[in-house]
Amino acid sequence: MKELVIISGKGGTGKTSILAAFASLAEDKVLCDADVDAADLHLIMNPTVKERHDFQSGHEAIIDSEKCTQCGLCRDLCRWNAVREDFTIDPLDCEGCGVCVYFCPERAIDFPIKTCGEWYVSETRFGPMVHARLGIAEENSGKLVTQVRQEARKLAEANGFQLILTDGPPGIGCPVIASLGGAKVVLIVTEPTVSGRHDMERVAQLADFFRVPVMVCVNKADLNADATSDIQRFSEGKGYAFLGTIPFDPVFTKAMVAGKTILEYDNHSEAAEAVRKIWQGLAGSMEFHEGR
Amino acid sequence: MIISIASGKGGTGKTTVATNLAISLGKGVQLLDCDVEEPNAHLFINPVFEKRSVVAASVPEVDEEKCTLCGKCSEICQFKAIVVIGNTVLPFQELCHSCGGCMEVCPEKAIREGERVLGIIEAGHRGDLEFVHGRLRVGEAMSPPLIRKVRSFTKPGGITIIDAPPGTSCPVIASIKGADFVLLVTEPTPFGLHDLKLAVGAVRILGIPCGLVVNRSDMGDDRVWEYAKEENVPILMEIPFDRRIAEAYSRGQLLLEVMPEWKEKFLQLYERITELAK
Repeated sequence: MKELVIISGKGGTGKTSILAAFASLAEDKVLCDADVDAADLHLIMNPTVKERHDFQSGHEAIIDSEKCTQCGLCRDLCRWNAVREDFTIDPLDCEGCGVCVYFCPERAIDFPIKTCGEWYVSETRFGPMVHARLGIAEENSGKLVTQVRQEARKLAEANGFQLILTDGPPGIGCPVIASLGGAKVVLIVTEPTVSGRHDMERVAQLADFFRVPVMVCVNKADLNADATSDIQRFSEGKGYAFLGTIPFDPVFTKAMVAGKTILEYDNHSEAAEAVRKIWQGLAGSMEFHEGR
Repeated sequence: MIISIASGKGGTGKTTVATNLAISLGKGVQLLDCDVEEPNAHLFINPVFEKRSVVAASVPEVDEEKCTLCGKCSEICQFKAIVVIGNTVLPFQELCHSCGGCMEVCPEKAIREGERVLGIIEAGHRGDLEFVHGRLRVGEAMSPPLIRKVRSFTKPGGITIIDAPPGTSCPVIASIKGADFVLLVTEPTPFGLHDLKLAVGAVRILGIPCGLVVNRSDMGDDRVWEYAKEENVPILMEIPFDRRIAEAYSRGQLLLEVMPEWKEKFLQLYERITELAK
């Protein structure tokens, strides 16, 4: 099984649009949206949901006011200041550590398991897809990322597919770390800006830390040709495969508005040509081939 | 006055708005970059840093001499961060949420507080503007404690502008909770709108007034305006796409440096925010 995970460090560099374009090109694959915090791939894939599952993770402390004697021990022990003046618990501050539950002398604190979101198995015009929706303001996004990746793997096995295309989250924290383990390769989509460059260095360092091979491409490359060359030199210096550049092209926005991949929207646009070339480089280095 | 700048979707222009708003206002303003996973504001502010401190989380260290392997620590730990295997107790410090439960429960007082480095905080200034940011250690998963530490630099009574991370989960909540106003920066595209709706949901859970900046306002469709009208979210500023702005950004220049006429608009934006935050 080969899983390609697309990450960027900085948000808004074009990860999802580029992954969607790859979905147009690759055959026999499962699509996986691991950006569970702000999932957008479904807006292009328009999936038909086949299965819907609750995502349960962690617990939440709830004080039973009938039993509570307001002794204040929970407040002393809570490191999140989640126990309010009136001896209720602010669910947004509660970390789910259960320390108050354990020590409450009256056993007045319930600790139910939390439903933090949903995950889905869907069918799309490009094949099966696993995606999720983390509840707003919820925690445990890393665990939900792990869950959707596991489900994508199962789905690929069940279909006899060898490839998973995973859209990763921005940043370098918990959900990104959960996106990297066991990946065959990560593709970093960056942009030639001071922030794109800064952020790709940090996320590449993270991939190195987890020993996942890194490949790099630059989107909106013509916005700053010097910065683009600089990213290419940096990548090659680090031993990352530099797969190419994509010009700044309004076709990305137009395709998104139309709910299409950039290849479906305009197969002959400059951006489409560039993405196709990058895909060929990727497919070659991951030892699978586009089409049949 | 604490103004958090958030978006849902990444790359919509949060940092552009935060940095230009902070520089426009100038004296007596603090800019806190709470996107500790990928802090970028300093690339545009170019602050002189004066202080640098390491931020650590409290994690268990076990004194094996005192430990009787009773297993109470692993029983209380909700995060599987300390387990007894055979005749040894193993803390997994990277999984620890620093709740202190294991230390509290240990009957032998065999667990003491060790440290796991979360990242660093750097504080400095550019002219009259005070600047603080956090940088999460690469490999560290948990950003909210570092974000809270950056926010502890907030000076009451002044104007504090917070550059929040993208998304809508715990790091974003840690960056907007307790703010007087959340300024949401979006772009009029399907992705921008979808993630904006999530962000508005998060802001409403917290009960904070909010308003919108629509960036690259001429690239996309009309659905953001329709949504804003339906949901009664005021649009406070629109920034049309301009290649000069994009190119200046790519070099690390402020919008104000290439188009100084925007200063007046950012000052007006602040006026609108103060009216809405009342």
